[in-house]
Amino acid sequence: MSNKTVKRDATERRDVVVKNLEQLGRTFCEQIDSGVFPWVAMKSRSTDNIFYSPELRQYVLGGKTIKRSSRIIRHVRPFTQMVWTAYFVDGLLKERKTSTLRDVYYSAQAYDVSFKDQAESDSIIVDLETVIGYPREGFNVFPEERSAVFGDLTIEYTVPGYEGRRLNLTSHPDGMMIGPALTNARLVETGADKVIVIEKGAIFTRFIEERVYEKFNAVLTYTAGQAPRSTRYLIRRLNQELGLPVYVFSDGDPWGMHIAMVIISGSANAAHVRELATPDAKWSGVWASDILSYKLPSDKLTDRDTKRLQELKRDPRYKDDLWQREIETFMKIKRKCELEAFSRYGLTHIVDKYLPERLEEMGD
Amino acid sequence: MRIMDNGSGIPAPQVPLAFGQFLFGSKYRLRQARGTFGLGGTMAILYGQITTNKSVHVVSSTGISKVYEYKLMIDIQRNRPVILDRRVRINKKTKKKRWHGTVVEFHLEGDYYRAMPKILDYIKQTAIVNPYANITFVDPKGRLYKFNRTTEKMPPPPKETLPHPHGVDVETIQRIVRITRSRNVLDFMKEHFHRVGDRGAQQFLKFAEIDEKIDPKRLRPNEIVKLVQAMKSFNDFLPPDASCLSPLGEDLLRAGILKELEPQFVAVSQRKPSTYSGHPFIVETAIAFGGKVPSRGDIALYRFANKIPLMYDESGDVSWRIVRSISWRRYGVIPGMPVAVLVHICSTKIPYKTVGKEIIADRPEVSREIINGIREVARQLKRYLSRREHVEKQVRRLSIFSKYLTKIAEFSAKLGGLQTLPSMDRLYRRQMVFKDLITSNQYVDSETFDAESYRTVLVYVKNKHESNTVNVRVLGFTSSEWKELKQEVNLGPSSELYEMLRKRVKLVKIQVRSAMMDKPSVVDAFIDGLSE
Repeated sequence: MSNKTVKRDATERRDVVVKNLEQLGRTFCEQIDSGVFPWVAMKSRSTDNIFYSPELRQYVLGGKTIKRSSRIIRHVRPFTQMVWTAYFVDGLLKERKTSTLRDVYYSAQAYDVSFKDQAESDSIIVDLETVIGYPREGFNVFPEERSAVFGDLTIEYTVPGYEGRRLNLTSHPDGMMIGPALTNARLVETGADKVIVIEKGAIFTRFIEERVYEKFNAVLTYTAGQAPRSTRYLIRRLNQELGLPVYVFSDGDPWGMHIAMVIISGSANAAHVRELATPDAKWSGVWASDILSYKLPSDKLTDRDTKRLQELKRDPRYKDDLWQREIETFMKIKRKCELEAFSRYGLTHIVDKYLPERLEEMGD
Repeated sequence: MRIMDNGSGIPAPQVPLAFGQFLFGSKYRLRQARGTFGLGGTMAILYGQITTNKSVHVVSSTGISKVYEYKLMIDIQRNRPVILDRRVRINKKTKKKRWHGTVVEFHLEGDYYRAMPKILDYIKQTAIVNPYANITFVDPKGRLYKFNRTTEKMPPPPKETLPHPHGVDVETIQRIVRITRSRNVLDFMKEHFHRVGDRGAQQFLKFAEIDEKIDPKRLRPNEIVKLVQAMKSFNDFLPPDASCLSPLGEDLLRAGILKELEPQFVAVSQRKPSTYSGHPFIVETAIAFGGKVPSRGDIALYRFANKIPLMYDESGDVSWRIVRSISWRRYGVIPGMPVAVLVHICSTKIPYKTVGKEIIADRPEVSREIINGIREVARQLKRYLSRREHVEKQVRRLSIFSKYLTKIAEFSAKLGGLQTLPSMDRLYRRQMVFKDLITSNQYVDSETFDAESYRTVLVYVKNKHESNTVNVRVLGFTSSEWKELKQEVNLGPSSELYEMLRKRVKLVKIQVRSAMMDKPSVVDAFIDGLSE
């Protein structure tokens, strides 16, 4: 995929979103003028309408639609909030500004459509994503950022004031925060041949200190636990636009597994949006079998862990052999461990021994 | 203490006996009266005398040309009045009328501050059942309490009646025997008892196995007992009629409650006359909601007997038991709601439980009337509450729609890049139909509201005047004519009315006028329509 195409895609997407939003506004006005309470149809996000698509390798919404109408007293407030949100993000897009989920929540108060709490405003944004058919990043609304990226990757900003300016992501030894500017940036060139995704901040820092990006020729991405959507979006772009294979390292427990899985297959919560999953990414550790083969310090599985493992075992996203094998092993050894467990053998063990072996094993 | 009324007055010769002797006024004839034995007033004076040893001063006139003044004390040992001073004054005409009434003044020792709440309660409750009376009370601290009349109508005074044979006791018969002029028991029965005629008396005496010709004065004590027992067990006497009773009536009861409790809702009910043990009685009940009705955890109970408030020992009263036994949730009443129940029983003989005359006994005939009376008014309250809830729900709905639809229109227009806002009139419309209207004594029409396309129509009227009341009614135009949708209601000063229209009509208008001559108010009104 050439850089030019990427740029045109981004601009086109913005235009489409703006067009859809404005059409929505005009539709509501026409409805009101003709004596109809404004309404809109959208795909149902109830659990009975969420399906796993083996072709897309992610969750998708089924054909069931619901009608959200301001005629119903219960819906009139959320409906108003959605119209306001559409109006607000339309403004963001036109002025080429960005906002965060928290900011949307606070901005509403000035228009007297205030949200009860941020959970309410977040869910209204999800409604709008469903109606418009694009993820909120398409409306320039981002979560509060914590995740970061580091490596030999040159980007070119597209945000106002920085247009055309380029940056190599090795410029800052703490890594670069994955914010709106980075999410919307063009990916210009890279010397790396893979992406390593790490769940834990301590390990991300260790990897930079140990020059993993050089030794393994990798772009390092830090998710800070469950990866924010903008981070998942960036990982997907690194994979799809630059063709880099993605390796995910998370804690060796059911929760760590799921962090990897959401990057790979998306979450049921985001079944209404595409472009967030990276189906070709690979979960590369810590596996249950690593606890045995590397003699890693480990803890007992709690009841909650075991229950979660049983849920994952039945989850269609976990049907592949690797996942099933590791779930079995976890249940058998009844132990779990964190990424930091490698420190037992010295600070560099994970980089010198584990990582090369694993990457070789996972490589094509 | 000084008590003054403008009643009928007391004929001068009776004054010393009425205030200076116990058990004055033996009752050969019966009628509903406040007291029973004539004890209360004398008791108060006696209490004053034993605590302060001061005389009582009485002034009275029956409206004749003279006013009599007495200074009295009671000779306790002999139960006789002692007249210390007696004066006669000229009763001057003012505006062609002479004063009538009674003034009693005496000294007593008491703890006013402890008794104050009960005293004020007593007067307030007295005002409820006497809405035609002006009551003024100046307390020992010099504070003035006024309870003004709101009506000039009074219930007709009770007629005197003879005792019913079912309701007499040996003592009563003995007293009547002492004064009778009848020469034989047949005449005696016809002459002195309620609803006993020639045939009835004959049948009864036959039943009692008493010779018709016996002179009643020659009846021996055991024969009198036998006579009384026979009277009680003979079932063919005609039941007593209620003409001797003076209930308040539904209108006056309502007026009294409206005046003192200013409730948002009141329902009253007068039961049909009934009897227990030969005594006629009538039960009147009322229920009031909101306004000045106290909202304690429990329902407030106001009890009255022959228009006297019963203040003490509430929990021993039959009405209290009945109020507690009713499952109020069935009537939409939830704890903490400001609800008051009023029970008034009037009778020639109130079935008191104790000599203190504060609590009514649980007579099946009486409690049946009380419970049915309370249920009747409680059902009306239920209808009111459910309707009120419905209106409140509609008002809430309307305010939500009006707030958010406006915003939807605004943001949609901006989002769609449209210059003009879409018109919401077909979804929701509020039309101001009166703005600062000054009312007159004739009904004034508001602007008309085109209601055809709305499923929900609410009418709001506010009386902005601080003291004057208005009459309001709502009219609807159907196919060819204006019809009353809401009957005329009073809207008090600084109060508002929110009503939902049930019937679908083409046009709606409101009419207002001043409730009293030349007392204009200022009125705002609007009509809301919602197509849902």
